[in-house]
Amino acid sequence: MSKPLDYENLNENVKKCQYAVRGELYLRASELQKEGKKIIFTNVGNPHALGQKPLTFPRQVIALCQAPFLLDDPNVGLVFPADTIARAKHYLSLTSGGLGAYSDSRGVPGVRKEIADFIERRDGYPSDPELIFLTDGASKGVMQILNSIIRGEQDGILVPVPQYPLYSATISLLGGSLVPYYLEETANWGLDIVNLRESVSQARSQGITVRAMVIINPGNPTGQCLSEANLKEVLQFCYQNNLVLLGDEVYQQNIYQDERPFISARKVLMDMGGPISKELQLVSFHTVSKGYWGECGQRGGYFEMTNIPPKTVEEIYKVASISLSPNVPGQIFLGLMVNPPKPGDISYERFVRESKGILESLRRRAQIMTDGFNSCRNVVCNFTEGAMYSFPQIRLPPKAIEAAKKAGKVPDVFYCLKLLEATGISTVPGSGFGQKEGVFHLRTTILPAEEDMPPIMTSFKKFNDEFMEQYEDYRGYSRM
Amino acid sequence: MRRFVAHNARNLITRRRNNLTTCVLQHCTFPLRFLTTTSPGYLSGHVASAGSASASPITLDTINPKVLKCEYAVPRRNFYPCSDVVCSQRLQQELKENPGSHPFDELLYCNIGNPHSLGQQPITFFREVLALCDHPAMLDRAETRGYFSADAVKRAFQILDQFPGRATGAYSHTQGIKGLRDTIASGIEARDGYPADPNDIFLTDGASPAVHIIMQLLIRSEKDGILCPIPQYPLYSGSITLHGGSLVPYYLDEDTGWGLEISELKNQLEIAKSKGITVRALVVINPGNPTGQVLAESNQQEIVEFCKNEGLVLLADESMEYGEEDISLVSLQSVSKGYYGECGKRGGYMEVTGFSPEIREQIYKVASMDTCSNISGQILASLVMNPPKVDDESYESYSAEKDAILSSLARRARMLEDVFNSLEGVTCNRAEGAMYLFPRIELPKKATEAAKAVNTAPDAFYARCLLNATGIVVVPGCGFGQVPGQWHFRCTILPQEDKIPTIVSRLTEFHKAFMDEFRD
Repeated sequence: MSKPLDYENLNENVKKCQYAVRGELYLRASELQKEGKKIIFTNVGNPHALGQKPLTFPRQVIALCQAPFLLDDPNVGLVFPADTIARAKHYLSLTSGGLGAYSDSRGVPGVRKEIADFIERRDGYPSDPELIFLTDGASKGVMQILNSIIRGEQDGILVPVPQYPLYSATISLLGGSLVPYYLEETANWGLDIVNLRESVSQARSQGITVRAMVIINPGNPTGQCLSEANLKEVLQFCYQNNLVLLGDEVYQQNIYQDERPFISARKVLMDMGGPISKELQLVSFHTVSKGYWGECGQRGGYFEMTNIPPKTVEEIYKVASISLSPNVPGQIFLGLMVNPPKPGDISYERFVRESKGILESLRRRAQIMTDGFNSCRNVVCNFTEGAMYSFPQIRLPPKAIEAAKKAGKVPDVFYCLKLLEATGISTVPGSGFGQKEGVFHLRTTILPAEEDMPPIMTSFKKFNDEFMEQYEDYRGYSRM
Repeated sequence: MRRFVAHNARNLITRRRNNLTTCVLQHCTFPLRFLTTTSPGYLSGHVASAGSASASPITLDTINPKVLKCEYAVPRRNFYPCSDVVCSQRLQQELKENPGSHPFDELLYCNIGNPHSLGQQPITFFREVLALCDHPAMLDRAETRGYFSADAVKRAFQILDQFPGRATGAYSHTQGIKGLRDTIASGIEARDGYPADPNDIFLTDGASPAVHIIMQLLIRSEKDGILCPIPQYPLYSGSITLHGGSLVPYYLDEDTGWGLEISELKNQLEIAKSKGITVRALVVINPGNPTGQVLAESNQQEIVEFCKNEGLVLLADESMEYGEEDISLVSLQSVSKGYYGECGKRGGYMEVTGFSPEIREQIYKVASMDTCSNISGQILASLVMNPPKVDDESYESYSAEKDAILSSLARRARMLEDVFNSLEGVTCNRAEGAMYLFPRIELPKKATEAAKAVNTAPDAFYARCLLNATGIVVVPGCGFGQVPGQWHFRCTILPQEDKIPTIVSRLTEFHKAFMDEFRD
């Protein structure tokens, strides 16, 4: 007898959605790891898994919150810095009964206030804590917002290609339509308004109502940082076309060049002033998983709503309340992230030393990796301006593409599997993010420890050269 | 909502003045939780024609209509139940700013199952281990290690060894850290006597993500129905509606201690079929929420047989302790319940058995989009399934804490059950498990009319009057569903024991006054 839930009667939208980051390559890598092979997991932006140490200050604070009996001990001040003790007491006082109590479904009000203050300091414009909702990771927030926008397959969401596949997977799952706009690799993964307009016209001609536009800034997997001019164009475009702008800004702390520092979509919007600043609908996302914090496992994220009507905010609140509340420790990490130790605080120096150390090293690693890829003759790699990834273009010879076809694999999957088996480097094939037809990439992170980078790049080069020798072999003899 | 209530309020003020009803009018603001509004304007959800753009991208006119509908799964009425949360927040504010402005000086929260917010203490051993895992540097120094019991230190070391690179800040495997799942599987086996496979376990941020995943897989359209108990915990109605499916209600039998009758299941299944609905799954909440009943083993067996025969997935929240291979079963567990009550941690898991490998892959795929659940919650789930044992250093203190909490809960349950059963027109089933009581109240005609006049469901009206007179916050039964024409409210047993006498006396006094005013 067939089972009640079978592939045949499974929700079609579930069948359609794909999420490559934890897909085929990752599963194969896990298998190999079980068999004893050493695997370097560069498939996901997961800094602590590659040796990055947690910052000391937040871990001290959260431990004190977790075990408040420590705070009752008269000697606690001898083993914990005074500012960690003060901060733990502060956060505990903001909760409704410690880490173990549900908070407000939107998050602890005191933490949301800290986030609003941070946004104000960052951008120079006040932010309303009532419009800031905390979530178990930014991804849940993205899904909630897309779920409130997408009514059916006639609703389209503009998504950059290449993109972080949370967007494509969620849009599929929710039964909407993905409207791609291609980033231009030869222009440093730049965003072209002409391209955007074309994408929207094409979608509309197919009967799709384009509802929202996603920008990922800094980009994932591409790393490019949007200029202020670019952001202005995007905001104007969204305004003219009645789109909600979804600003995925989770990598805002990860900037590796000085020409284009991070500037938030909200700041640019407010700077523009006039009707657009009061009408353009924007939702901005941030997290503790990235930056120099890298606390992925805490699942702490938030979204901030700008110009969303109060009744809509209520509906979004209603959906949030079904899950009762986001996890409280994650919320405290968010508070600490936006409100870190200040000059004069006991923990300040150590905090700055640790964070600077991480950021400066990431900058160096971004360069090492870009250079390493570019030293291979069939590889072209744009510099990682921000975020945590490198997205080199791999030119594959026709014979390799054929071999891939024979093996029933997409060419970049074929290449990445071979890379994995030869070197243990676990990447994500570019097809998981979207790319132009016939152009192949892979995504890797810049997260392996600095001292491991040179051998990793050497290992990659060796594999790549051997791969090219194998598959380029008879090209020179094709006319014989 | 707000304009409806305010409109009727204006009418009412000119018509009648009365202590209790003016209480309702003064303090009614728009509800946020447990809404059931029939305002048609909210349901437009039209799809704009090709190329057109609405005035503003997301407004109530263009929001996903399933979001609006969500919580409408409870059968529609003309009444508007009110929000305990917003009203109580407002009262709290008023008490703060103007002490003496109400006939009570503190609110008594009996509305949400949130034990730590009402003074229940966390289990020390669990928190010791969690703190050590959060800041493992404490393990490296004797002066910090000394704060913790030896077995907590040992357990922390064991757990950290299960993390690649001892990194508790990294994303884990989508299903959760393998070693923690092994512990949980062993715990399940020890509890149930049947082996459990760690590969069947998915650790989740509390129960709701698990429910969402399963609903997503099952529901293809509104023609797909999910059998849910009435009364039920509105996570189910909410998520079914959000995913575009149909809730197929089956009524628990209050007269037999909220028993689940197979005949009722069969009956509802047939009714659904006749409406063209394909029933895909059966939700069983055990112990019941809000009803608190625990299913007898024979009942559980019948349920399993029913699902097998009708080809339904069985979604069991929390425990179905009947092992069976031929059934597709999803069991949910959470760290928010029990004597630990760690709601804010969002820890839990689903155990998925009896599905084909293809479906298992799909479950994994959808779960992987959110990468993994929070690590601290994962660790806590493993601790709950593997608490201190008899020879462990912490065993005595752990047992003492656990027993104190459980026996206190039992005492509080009994005290509140007794007071409910002593009130005129109120009956209350025994709370066998969980943390709730769900008394039934026979409201006199005058009361139901007064409720109607302010566009409020009778049980919501009673709850609102109770709140304004006594500061006791409960949740009206309409939020959970009930047999039409019957009224209930859900009251937790969580306020600290020393508050119970106050609750008992205020409730008794209020109820008498209410019945005196509205008795036929």
